[in-house]
Amino acid sequence: MGIESDLFCSNLVRRFGSNAAVDHVSLDVPAGTFFSILGPSGCGKTTLLRLLAGFDRPDEGDIHIRGARMNDVPPNRRPVNMVFQHLALFPTMSVGDNIGYGLKRQKVPAAERRTRIARVLEQVGLPGMENRNPGELSGGQRQRVALARCLVLEPTLLLLDEPLGALDLKLREQMKIELKHLQKAFGTTFVYITHDQSEAMVMSDQVAVMKDGRFDQVAPPEELYREPATPFVAGFVGDNNRLTGELVAVQDGLAELRLDDGSMVRGRLGQSSPPIGERADLFIRPESLVLGGDALRPDYSALRASVTATLFDGANSRLEADSAGQTLYARLPQDGSAPRLREGAGVQLAWDPMLARVFAPGAV
Amino acid sequence: MNASAGRLSLWLLLTPFLLWIVLLVLVPHLQMLRVSFQVRESWDTLAWGLEQYQNFFTESYYWRTFVRTGVMSLFTTFLTLLIAFPIAWYIARLARGRAKGLLFLACLVPFWASELVRTYGWMILLRESGLFSSWLQALGWADGPVEMLYNDVAVIIGLVYNGLLFMVVPLVTTLDGMDENLVEAGYDLGGNHLTVLREVVVPWAMPGIVSGCIVVFMLTLGSYLTPILMGGKDSAWFTEQIFTQFITRFNWEQGAALGVLLLVLSSLIVWLGLKLSGQSLRKVMG
Repeated sequence: MGIESDLFCSNLVRRFGSNAAVDHVSLDVPAGTFFSILGPSGCGKTTLLRLLAGFDRPDEGDIHIRGARMNDVPPNRRPVNMVFQHLALFPTMSVGDNIGYGLKRQKVPAAERRTRIARVLEQVGLPGMENRNPGELSGGQRQRVALARCLVLEPTLLLLDEPLGALDLKLREQMKIELKHLQKAFGTTFVYITHDQSEAMVMSDQVAVMKDGRFDQVAPPEELYREPATPFVAGFVGDNNRLTGELVAVQDGLAELRLDDGSMVRGRLGQSSPPIGERADLFIRPESLVLGGDALRPDYSALRASVTATLFDGANSRLEADSAGQTLYARLPQDGSAPRLREGAGVQLAWDPMLARVFAPGAV
Repeated sequence: MNASAGRLSLWLLLTPFLLWIVLLVLVPHLQMLRVSFQVRESWDTLAWGLEQYQNFFTESYYWRTFVRTGVMSLFTTFLTLLIAFPIAWYIARLARGRAKGLLFLACLVPFWASELVRTYGWMILLRESGLFSSWLQALGWADGPVEMLYNDVAVIIGLVYNGLLFMVVPLVTTLDGMDENLVEAGYDLGGNHLTVLREVVVPWAMPGIVSGCIVVFMLTLGSYLTPILMGGKDSAWFTEQIFTQFITRFNWEQGAALGVLLLVLSSLIVWLGLKLSGQSLRKVMG
């Protein structure tokens, strides 16, 4: 860790007019990490990636790659390659020539070039495809060619700009896993930007959640999911229920909220806690909500709700319920123990307060 | 609508096109081909023969002008491409919004005037008593009036100017359709300006380059006014000789033969250009 990391940025700023698209972002990516930057569109993640690739210059701050300052190094001299959103394979070249383009620029002799192209094509699972035209390939195959074109150059850092966005759902799921395996096999440091939290969670070692040009939280996926640092992260990463009320008491890190209908609920206080008497948001995950009364433990927080609908989606089946005008989703148990719930039936939703998070109200 | 009505409307739609092709292209050319093989023995007797074509090869003035016209047209086309490419690049890739439209208009404006007016415009600038000459004298770079007209350079300037728009338009169209990321990928993978241009941009723009070159080459080869007016007496152009045969010498047979040869030359060079650039006419002309 530190300045000798594969990628180390300190206080990067990039302004467009008065608007800072990237606002004092610092990051430290050790070698061999799959690092994702997750954020909604317009959060500045593409701008950040373009700063790293060298297509744009930061107004403030430094970019170091393996200890070397990169601010004034043009893109063609950085040990960084990029997989573009729409891949940008050269349509006038064959697959082999696409991959050979970068090697040619490095003045690799023709014979060695051929063996390296053949080897990398084998590694990405497209052996013997050198003479095909990119236009003849399927979406997933083009994806792999774009990866091979970068990986054959053995860059220090591989940047990926939502390359899975154009694929259909099934293929995207498959490529997610494949990308992770490829990253492990090559050992290259990946910086991956996406707005799809599932992509970031499945593949990454570290995820940075970005909002309005800043990082809200940088953590491994599981920590991000279980210990969100801000209400934005709590709402953006994974499904979450939000209950709004007034903070009435804090005891041992547990906050007590009075909802608008007067019911009391409890949850762990997050980092940005409001003063007592102010409005606060409580976040509770659908899978943390327990249905019915018999499993209820005395320290659990509970809420009366009425069933609006049951949403069957295989392993992801959920119950939609309404409690004093606030919609809640609860995950239905998968062992068939779910009670048959009719529309309008009353139901008790309970949870362990340790699994709920309370924050000062913030944008979600 | 039944089948016969459908066929009728198809024929009605095709008629203007067919009339144009048959009456204005096919018939005159066939007629010219026929005339070119006729040998006039006396004022009212004609025989078939190759005399006109033999004349072309034996009379060195004919074929020298022919080769000169071909070479200068190729050079003009190449020069037009070199000048038009940066202009097209700027219009297609760098200019935004209103500027783009205005720049395109600026390329178009000279073509509202006829070729004659445009050529006279250049003559006003380049002649002995013209603007450039007087500026050079005023700046003290020349002692007396400088004649810049009536040489090959002047002819090429005029021809390039006339061809520019026809090169810019197809180039802008192809470059406009190019994904910006392709250029960035070219740099990202280690290319410099030259390699990105050579390996990524030019191959992409090839259909536009070839179609622009074909149009400019044809226009240049067949142009008449510019070489005559700006080239003076010594700057012979092949179209000028065809004109002389038909109008001055009233030798239609020789004129027709020269016309056929010009057609063969231009077709041959276009075919060669397509072969060399690996393009097909269908791809280039969309």
